[in-house]
Amino acid sequence: MAMRRYSAFAIAKEAMSYHLGWERAWGSPAPKKKYDVIIVGAGGHGLATAYYLGKNYGITNVAIIEKGWLGGGNTGRNTTIIRSNYLQDPSAAIYEKARSLYETMSQDLNYNVMFSPRGLLMLGQTEHEVRGYKRTVYANNLQGVATEWISPAKVKELVPIINIDGPRYPVLGALYQARGGTARHDAVAWGYARACSGMGMDVIQQCEVTGVRTEGGKVVGVDTTKGAIDCDKLGMVVAGHASVLAEQAGFRLPIESLALQAMVSEPIKPCMDVVVMANTVHGYMSQSDKGEMVIGGGTDGFNNYTQRGSFHHIEETVRALIETFPMISRLKQLRQWGGIVDMTGDRSPILSKTPVEGIFVNCGWGTGGFKAIPGSGWAMAELMARGQSPLTEEFSMYRFREGKFIDESVAAGVAH
Amino acid sequence: MLTLECPYCGVKAEETELQAGGEAHLKRYGPGASDEEFEGYLFMRKNPKGVHFERWRHAYGCGKWFLAARCTATLEVFGTYPAQSTQPPVDLQAKIKAKRPNWEGYK
Ligand SMILES: Cc1cc2nc3c(=O)[nH]c(=O)nc-3n(C[C@H](O)[C@H](O)[C@H](O)COP(=O)(O)OP(=O)(O)OC[C@H]3O[C@@H](n4cnc5c(N)ncnc54)[C@H](O)[C@@H]3O)c2cc1C
Ligand SMILES: [Zn+2]
Repeated sequence: MAMRRYSAFAIAKEAMSYHLGWERAWGSPAPKKKYDVIIVGAGGHGLATAYYLGKNYGITNVAIIEKGWLGGGNTGRNTTIIRSNYLQDPSAAIYEKARSLYETMSQDLNYNVMFSPRGLLMLGQTEHEVRGYKRTVYANNLQGVATEWISPAKVKELVPIINIDGPRYPVLGALYQARGGTARHDAVAWGYARACSGMGMDVIQQCEVTGVRTEGGKVVGVDTTKGAIDCDKLGMVVAGHASVLAEQAGFRLPIESLALQAMVSEPIKPCMDVVVMANTVHGYMSQSDKGEMVIGGGTDGFNNYTQRGSFHHIEETVRALIETFPMISRLKQLRQWGGIVDMTGDRSPILSKTPVEGIFVNCGWGTGGFKAIPGSGWAMAELMARGQSPLTEEFSMYRFREGKFIDESVAAGVAH
Repeated sequence: MLTLECPYCGVKAEETELQAGGEAHLKRYGPGASDEEFEGYLFMRKNPKGVHFERWRHAYGCGKWFLAARCTATLEVFGTYPAQSTQPPVDLQAKIKAKRPNWEGYK
């Protein structure tokens, strides 16, 4: 499907004909018999993988298969925090690659993803946290990721609505990444889908993969609710359903699926133009362009596939944030929702070959993968096209057996 | 909100009274085990979309560990049983099988 460019000129031209001439942004084709590559899961990571397969490697005979709707998984349910201030070198490499790709994503995709590098603070509210974040700043400086440690006074200057005096957890400073921020989550999925469709790829929605077919240890295709489809290579990019897909292909993954929730308040006037994460008290907040306060906290404690979380977690999150932001205590919450996040033992993702030849897996982004979408897609496409990628090397699914963890349990902090 | 009946004190405890403890009936591997077995013991948790057996602690009640059978796709609770059990009780398995005919059984 040829893609028409969006521009001010196009808007002016369409205005002449009452905007009736706009075509659909992506096609909805029936599946073909066979593709070179099938990607399961049209979330951000699956779509970005397909996009870079086409853009960087010229592989366009690709289908992206989605059981629900585009971005209806965690990609459309997250609180859109983008940052790259992680501790370990392999993480810094892939998250910083992603953050830098976000800077030009709207231009690259010709689709406004509303990337807003408004700055991000991770509050230090205990002595241990202060030490941990200072260590992260030193690591980031060595990695070439621009972050700094700022004083409580500077925090107050950036966030006038914050209460830095405690009483229980005074703000002792913050890890500040000036180039962190947010983007519009749906637009990221839609922009990639439009670009993939424009390159001739098939985005197939309302189609669930129900089985993986292999022959002699090699993948040959998938069974779906729209029939069997053959492929040479298969990318499993299904987040919370990674274990289910892996089981269909006959292997296991070190993943557990948990519910993570978020909520937005009624819209209010602009009051906070940065993202603030308070990891000790377990909550974080930013203000959307519509004026809603976007709030998130931690995961539930038990395995769950229902996209519904427990109420007391919401209560805990809000209670924690009210101490830090007293002015939100009278805000009404408008909506609350949950997503199923794919957690690994070291809080780092898996981008890996698998025991089945031709099957590649990209999962384990857990509570924090929105920020990683373009970098992950870039790296996953390289892994699938060339069989290896410097960005994915350390993120193999076999690292747990080898004890080569990429421990981000501190940097991952609160679920974000 | 999740409610589990503690098999020791009989209290129908709601979630804030409980602490989740992950997969039940783990087989512990130690020195002499293969790398694969040890990896499995430490990291490869069962993560089914459906029937699941778990450890829970009645943290703000009697304080004891117990086990529970739940459905992760619907949040239905099938039953709870003492932590000393090495596998789910036969009657509980039968009850689950009656409700979930496609369940492959405890493995
Ligand atoms: C409440 C919440 C807040 C979050 N906040 C942040 C944040 O602030 N910053 C951040 O960086 N990250 C955040 N995250 C994490 C982030 O949302 C995820 O890591 C990321 O969106 C994962 O993208 P994905 O493409 O891997 O998965 P998804 O977007 O979940 O896409 C996977 C897709 O696979 C499909 N699928 C599953 N099984 C099948 C099948 N059998 N056949 C076909 N399709 C299938 C699903 O329907 C789904 O659409 C948050 C997550 C949640 C839930
Ligand atoms: Zn009890």
